[in-house]
Amino acid sequence: MKYGRHFAIVAVLIVIGSIVAYVLLESIYALPLAASEEADGIDALFRGHFILISFLFALVVVFLLYSVVVFRRRPDEPEDVEGDHFHGHTGLEIVWTIIPLMLVVVFGVWGARLLTDIIAPDEDEITINVVGQQWSWRFEYPEHGDITSDELVLPVHQPVRLEMTSIDVLHSFWVPEFRVKQDLVPGQIHELRITPTDEGDYKTRCAEICGTSHAYMISDVRVVSEDDFEAWVEESSTSIAELEPVERGLTWSQQFGCTGCHSPDGTALAGPTWQGLFGSEVQLASGETVLVDEEYIRNSILMPNDQLHAGFGPNIMPQNFEELFAEEEAKYDGEVSIIDDLIVYIQSLSE
Amino acid sequence: MRGLFRFLYYLLTTGLVRALVGQAIGMLAGYGLVNGIRALMGLEPAQEAGWVAGAFLGVFTALLAAGVLGDWLRWAAGRRTELRHGPPAGRPAWTRYLSVDYNHKVIGIQYGVTSIIVLLVGGILALIFRVELAVPGMQFLTPDTYNTIFSAHGIIMIASILAGVGAMGNYLVPMMIGAPDMAFPRLNAFSFWIAVPSAMLIIAAMFVQGWDTGWVAYPPLSIRGPLGTQLFLLGFFLNGFSSIASAINIIVTVLTMRAPGMSLFRMPIFVWGSVAASIIQFTATQTVGLALLMVTMQRLFGLGFFDATVSAPGVPPGDPILYQHLFWFYSHPVVYVFVLPGLGVISELLPVFSRKPLFGYKWIALSSIAIALVGFLVWSHHMFTSGMDEYLRIPFMFSTMLVAVPTGVKFFSWIGTVWGGKLTFPTPMLFALGAISVFLIGGLSGPILGTVPTDLHLHDSYWIVGHFHATMFGGFVFPFFAAIYYWYPKITGRMFNETLGKLHFWLMVPGFWVMSLGQMRIGLLGMRRRIADYDPALQIDFTQTLITIAGLVIGWSVLIMIYNLVSSLRAAPIAAPNPWRSRSPEWQVPSPMPEFNYDRPFVVVGEPYDYGLADSTYVNMQPATGD
Repeated sequence: MKYGRHFAIVAVLIVIGSIVAYVLLESIYALPLAASEEADGIDALFRGHFILISFLFALVVVFLLYSVVVFRRRPDEPEDVEGDHFHGHTGLEIVWTIIPLMLVVVFGVWGARLLTDIIAPDEDEITINVVGQQWSWRFEYPEHGDITSDELVLPVHQPVRLEMTSIDVLHSFWVPEFRVKQDLVPGQIHELRITPTDEGDYKTRCAEICGTSHAYMISDVRVVSEDDFEAWVEESSTSIAELEPVERGLTWSQQFGCTGCHSPDGTALAGPTWQGLFGSEVQLASGETVLVDEEYIRNSILMPNDQLHAGFGPNIMPQNFEELFAEEEAKYDGEVSIIDDLIVYIQSLSE
Repeated sequence: MRGLFRFLYYLLTTGLVRALVGQAIGMLAGYGLVNGIRALMGLEPAQEAGWVAGAFLGVFTALLAAGVLGDWLRWAAGRRTELRHGPPAGRPAWTRYLSVDYNHKVIGIQYGVTSIIVLLVGGILALIFRVELAVPGMQFLTPDTYNTIFSAHGIIMIASILAGVGAMGNYLVPMMIGAPDMAFPRLNAFSFWIAVPSAMLIIAAMFVQGWDTGWVAYPPLSIRGPLGTQLFLLGFFLNGFSSIASAINIIVTVLTMRAPGMSLFRMPIFVWGSVAASIIQFTATQTVGLALLMVTMQRLFGLGFFDATVSAPGVPPGDPILYQHLFWFYSHPVVYVFVLPGLGVISELLPVFSRKPLFGYKWIALSSIAIALVGFLVWSHHMFTSGMDEYLRIPFMFSTMLVAVPTGVKFFSWIGTVWGGKLTFPTPMLFALGAISVFLIGGLSGPILGTVPTDLHLHDSYWIVGHFHATMFGGFVFPFFAAIYYWYPKITGRMFNETLGKLHFWLMVPGFWVMSLGQMRIGLLGMRRRIADYDPALQIDFTQTLITIAGLVIGWSVLIMIYNLVSSLRAAPIAAPNPWRSRSPEWQVPSPMPEFNYDRPFVVVGEPYDYGLADSTYVNMQPATGD
């Protein structure tokens, strides 16, 4: 065969090239720690892809580089020397159509089976509700005494069904170590199943552009032992009415997403920090200066556009807290006043 | 001094300036009309409705003022018109390029220069936010400004690519098939000129409160976004007419105006790529137009298409996911619009610089059509995590990976083309080969997104950013640059500086490799896309800095190219009319091309890519009369 020697050399180079490419790929394309059962299956599929990518990359690059080196016009050849003359090869065309087609089927079936495993319900699963809003996460535990939390605490090896929704725009739940992701759609509930396998501290970071502080819509995810989970449930279930007003205020600020925009510690977020706010003088967008007292805080929460803090725009803060608070307070038979608790809490951040 | 005044006079009376002035007047008039009526009715002014009316009217008055609607209006009034050609009477030749001209080569250059200018604007935006992202923390941008800049970057780059596709198609297709011009020259001018005011709307959007939704504008965020969102939606919507009109022109031209003897499988291969792209533009653009219009209607009139909360008993809820279906039904096929012409350029150049036939011409030609068709069946792979109906994920996974098959045919055919050749490496060939390497990286990073389980991790991460930049650069930007270098002598009659060309290549290709691999790496490690700031805990700081540096290198390399192209206009005219020894018909006539391309129609007597076959020609430029 005319190009027999060339093909033999190329074949060897492709084998070497594939191995080199795979080694490089595994180092460049590092994955985070695999911390869920889903991650194990998904990482195997990643590996399969990386192997194929390495081979195909080597295949094309070796052939091209080889041609660039071996089939170049030499300096001693006349300018109008022509190349070899062939138009094509139907056999080759068929081969390099059929083989990729077969690979498509192989990976498709692999992916389909894996997906079926990932979404399959588990009869032991517990349900946790996830509510996303601009720009914070709220986790509710309907099967564990209706706890509300701003961090997602999960018992290790326990299948979890997350039922997720948003109250405003699209968001997306993603813990890279768990490898799965699901959008949160306002007005709809979508589920995501995860079985964490490694205790540790992770984060969920919103993965669908949701406005100004999308980059900072992050919550802690803690995978703990079953015992620690029980303990946490116990602790969190203390009736909110039994807490001190300041502690209640802190809880409300997490539950209603205030902490997504108002930091307790001076960090600049989408809204004014609460540290040192109470008792200070602030300039309003209207130009006048006011003292931040109970009245101001109450008004700012219930009617956010009324006395806008200078430098902060209108219509960013939700306008319906009065309604939301009333709904929540109904659960406690009027024993708590959320707005009062919040004011007390905010005041505590100036001491 | 008088020379300056005369220059300014000519400049200020060009179609471009008239279009911008006309748009400004139309915008104010539209706003005034809506709010004038409201004032008469005792209502408060409606800002957004006013500007929407202004935007539509402004685009119309821009076209009117530029003069592109003139001939059609005269026909409507029953008057005849002549097909104006040649430089405008009594004005310097350069004004031709800033005014309405019907010659496809002038329009091609208008598109091409616009594409490059818009590329620079989009590139500067990218470099601004890449510098911000080089290290964690917010250095000099606010989150809102960041969001506007990345959103604008996306749509501006898309506008640049569409203009570049228009440049290549409009300039090359008539010449390659032996036609004196496109089938519809006035429609051709319209296609270019509507891009001007629609681009202005998008640029205005950046300054009028900006927007934060990315170029995809998903509701509900796009419903509640500031006024800039609306201007962006309208600019995007109106630009669609450019695509649709342009596609009609290319398809009709290719079907009806080919030279005698030019069967479909004897056309230059680029024409296949251009036709395949046009089939997509012609059929899919309408869907995104609809989606954008529906968002506009929901913003202006509260029509709850995408609102999933039930508004009243018995009224079915809307669905934000509906938007995604409508949007991606176009926006996936459009990426094949972006790359099919460029891949056609690669196929066009490799035979010339290998001195042997294009391997498997028919298979390559049909693979472009196959990609166009299969490309319509994959859109929901953008929505695997969206919450759409569960069962849809499987078929879309298979169809998505299926596109790899005709794409593979192209790669293997390119190998077959260079194999056994006598290769030389002037700048155009370097860029064609560089394009293949970058498109390879981009293409190979695709199937991993096609299998749903891996996409669950990678969706909305920087892996996606790496994937589409590599495919866009490999499939459009590099081939576009290759085409510019390759046809530069044909367009200008001069040769660009080869050393600068090589410098451009050697900076840009490695820079791009580093950027692509870096982006994919950080995506795997958890870096999301569309974020102004990232967590140092991800431990990706070094790679982020590397990506920014690579971006800066790429930016500089493009500036080198622009300097080269502009300064070479002053170089000595080239002696040889066919420096690349191409068989293609456009190289058989002098450069720059005559006004109507060919004095007499040529006849096709052989195969386009029979390099190396003794005594064979592709076209007979001087057929005996009566042939």
